[in-house]
Amino acid sequence: MSALEAGHVRPAARSGPRFGTGLLVQTGVLLALFALWEASTRLGLAHPFLLPPLSDVLVRLYQDAIGGAVFVDLGLTLYRALTGFLIAAALGIPLGILMARTKFFGWFFEPLISIGFPMPKVAFVPIFILWFDIYDTSKIIMVVFSCFFPIVMATHAGTKNVDKWPLWSARALGTKESRLLWEVILPLASPQILTGLQIALPVGMITTVVTEMLMGGRGVGGAMIQAGRFADSVGVFAGIIEIALLGMLVIRGLELIRARLLIWHPEARH
Amino acid sequence: MQLVIRYLPVAIFFLVWEIVTVTGLVSRQLLPGLEVIFSAFVGLVASGEFLFSAYKSLTRAAAGLGAAIVLGILIGLFMATNRIFLWLINPIVRIFYPMPKSALIPLVMIWFGLGDSSKVFLIFLGCLLPVIISTYNGARGVGQVLLWSASSLGASRFEILREVILPAALPDILAGCRTALAFSFILMVSSEFVIAKDGLGFLIGTLGDGGNYPAMFAVILAVAGIGFAADRLYAAFAASRLHWKEQS
Repeated sequence: MSALEAGHVRPAARSGPRFGTGLLVQTGVLLALFALWEASTRLGLAHPFLLPPLSDVLVRLYQDAIGGAVFVDLGLTLYRALTGFLIAAALGIPLGILMARTKFFGWFFEPLISIGFPMPKVAFVPIFILWFDIYDTSKIIMVVFSCFFPIVMATHAGTKNVDKWPLWSARALGTKESRLLWEVILPLASPQILTGLQIALPVGMITTVVTEMLMGGRGVGGAMIQAGRFADSVGVFAGIIEIALLGMLVIRGLELIRARLLIWHPEARH
Repeated sequence: MQLVIRYLPVAIFFLVWEIVTVTGLVSRQLLPGLEVIFSAFVGLVASGEFLFSAYKSLTRAAAGLGAAIVLGILIGLFMATNRIFLWLINPIVRIFYPMPKSALIPLVMIWFGLGDSSKVFLIFLGCLLPVIISTYNGARGVGQVLLWSASSLGASRFEILREVILPAALPDILAGCRTALAFSFILMVSSEFVIAKDGLGFLIGTLGDGGNYPAMFAVILAVAGIGFAADRLYAAFAASRLHWKEQS
């Protein structure tokens, strides 16, 4: 059984249900939750160490933003995550296409990729520390390693499952094989390739944060684990809010890119 | 024979590994030979260290993942069938979904300390969202006609949920659980790297810190193998649950 057959690649990472008619109610729910958080700590229902007041966390975020520390940490984390992600895409997409289009690459890489894909890649962090030390190179290579497999899987599946009718029509109309890739195969495979990228990006973010926690240095992950070790719970919560906003930003950004690139595709009509 | 041809590249990969270490192209400190790694692994198994760590880690992952699957399916189904519930839960899901869950490691450290509960809770949180979202998407996509037919045939709300919506959403739920399974391994290993006194991640960390690289490689490869085997077993299980579905 080929693990690369259709349906093996996980479905699109949709960011969940959209805000609908109940937008007002849902915003109200969030505000109520924040109010509850603040009130429970002010009234002493929750221990301020375990759950520091929201206002304290916001003040800390504001101070760090004024001092610039937030932007250095966020910038470094974003730089590592995106660089690793883009390198993985630059390697993974061509390899996936080659695997689907040439016999040799398909034969050689298919078992390797399908074995590597479900492995928990974070387990390899100590090996990358051993090989590349603990600085940016090592962190970025780790992100590349974890983003690479889902991208190759999705590209391979998407390219391989391109419908034969458009291919035949294009050939019948005299399209050269070299143009077929750019004009027919890539556009038809692009929804699945983008889905692969959308699976890889959150994995890359998780990996960036974990490698920063393990290897130390600057970056949101490093700052958070330091705050945790010094029992600075306000700092931990500030870090969680920063990383949540960053995650939302990049994932939403990729969704917008998908919508822009696939504007011709039936899925854009929904 | 076909199987041999198919998995030949894996053999080539290990062969290259072996050649590179035997000829000294790569320092043995950086990449131990396969036979050294294997004998280190046998040693770890014989001393019971590996099995104890694997037991600790896998029970944590199973507890967190199991709780997440049960609760995630329930929440997802309620979100798809009850609008008030949807409004209450959806904003929380929307906020937490894009967050890299590893960012919660320092938080569970503060809340639960170094014991089992911190890891179980982290794995639970990380696995919960993919299950909720896939269940919700699957249950929401059930055709109106199916629901109308069921209720016109006299099915109660609970019966519709159990007999119509749940089976119809099953393919999505199973896919979501597979994502959750992958997350549980990632979060298990990474939390044990950072905060633990035992478990596979902790074992890898101590072996690496002690400079015992063959043993470190052995445990890393074992973890990767367990993750791979779990995914394959799950895929076979999911396929057997969906045998009624037409192949499209």
